[in-house]
Amino acid sequence: MKHVVILGGGTAGTMVAHRLAEALPSREWALTVVDQDPVHYYQPGFLFIPFGIYTPRDVVKPRKALFPPEVRYIQSEIEAIEPDKNRVHLRGEPRTLSYDFLIIATGSHPRPDETPGLLGDAWHKTIFDFYTLEGATALHRALERFEKGRLVLNLVDMPIKCPVAPLEFLFLADWYFHERGIRQNVEIVYVTPLPGAFTKPRASQVLGGVLEERNIRIVPEFYVERVDPEKKVLISYEEEEVPFDLLVTVPIHYGSEAIKRSGIGDELNYVPTDKHTLKAREFDNIFVLGDATDTPASKAGSVAHFMVDVFVPNFLRYIEGLDLLPTFDGHSNCYIESGFGKAFLIDFNYETEPLPGMYPLPGVGPFSLLQESRINHWGKLLFRWIYWHVLLKGKHLPVPARMSMAGKWA
Amino acid sequence: MATKVIANKEVEVNDEGYLVNPDDWTEDIARAMAEELGIELTDRHWEVIRFVRNYYKEHGKSPTMHQISKGAGVPTKELFKLFPKGPAKKVARIAGVPKPEGCI
Repeated sequence: MKHVVILGGGTAGTMVAHRLAEALPSREWALTVVDQDPVHYYQPGFLFIPFGIYTPRDVVKPRKALFPPEVRYIQSEIEAIEPDKNRVHLRGEPRTLSYDFLIIATGSHPRPDETPGLLGDAWHKTIFDFYTLEGATALHRALERFEKGRLVLNLVDMPIKCPVAPLEFLFLADWYFHERGIRQNVEIVYVTPLPGAFTKPRASQVLGGVLEERNIRIVPEFYVERVDPEKKVLISYEEEEVPFDLLVTVPIHYGSEAIKRSGIGDELNYVPTDKHTLKAREFDNIFVLGDATDTPASKAGSVAHFMVDVFVPNFLRYIEGLDLLPTFDGHSNCYIESGFGKAFLIDFNYETEPLPGMYPLPGVGPFSLLQESRINHWGKLLFRWIYWHVLLKGKHLPVPARMSMAGKWA
Repeated sequence: MATKVIANKEVEVNDEGYLVNPDDWTEDIARAMAEELGIELTDRHWEVIRFVRNYYKEHGKSPTMHQISKGAGVPTKELFKLFPKGPAKKVARIAGVPKPEGCI
């Protein structure tokens, strides 16, 4: 009997558990998933909670129910991986798990504790995050009471998961205050360490003016060092200050602490991974999927999905003694909710930046690329159902895993 | 895109003066780029520059400020002293790698 252990039961871990359960004969292969949290979150839905579009009920399910019957689920914290002994130490029971192959899908995690002044008395009172269910829910209550003043959204530094979510938050905030009839009383400011809201040439060219049109002010190249919650200001490493009445922070993200304890991560606890085969660079029986990798792909659910799509057939070759094919191209695909019932869609990979055009999708599309449309918004809302019922279950979507140039204006 | 002679070598640079091809980089180019930015390179600068070049070679992407600070073991405040006004951006230019960017 061979044993595949999957660390992390999020988007990548759950999908790959289904795909491997389907592909590997259960008489010869045992599959185990370890995750400390009994709840699976539909993380893209967190964005909608502050604005009352989704409630917490829409974005949670018990994790256990999402695995196929062949898979053993262990709810436990991971202590550390011991790659030279092919085993994992857990904080719960059993204390150790041996593996023939290990799949690391431990994700990325916002770390407000890394920026002084965020966590404290003002946390979830005047300072909020929306990358956790608690933060998004607390922010919803605060926005309902917010009548006038300065709302500041601060991106601490890349990498973050769902890198377009800060932009979506700004668009939705503009729309939300508009609908409440108080937009003129609210100043919306985006403070970012990046040189602008858009940094890729074509996206800047096509979408460059969109924040200005919505009267959203941007403070670029601002590296926040600390926050003074009493004075209500962000302070940069160069001692510049930006005042706020309500601060929404997107903290820096780190990989799992278990990766750090194992001594196999980089400076932010991401695992060095071959960007085309998804094998851990240092180890021949460890693969890394989703946000846990250090690849230059976006940390996003669509990327986890495309990684799983190309990983499984490659893994089946590998266990037969064949070479891994360098098939993962960094494909990423996401809707950008822009408020007023519309959304953008972008589709890109390691080599090709987001381009305008049309995205063909049998049965539903085409969706417009780098351009606002109502159908993109419906696509985004429909996606929550697809996530729970199709994607996580490892069923195939009619979307190619590798990026296609069809419909794009190069 | 344009061609430019830096430190006696003809190289392609983009509109903002970053090298188009990181393989064109030489230590002399780094010195010339730093001079353009008003920075005189010390050993400490070189530690950061080497970290950034290695990071790019391994990851195919330029590191962010936090990655440089943690990875090269240089406190962020010091990075701002070494490369004032946007260390990630400036060291990328001197190290001959692209400016750190978002996904869109």
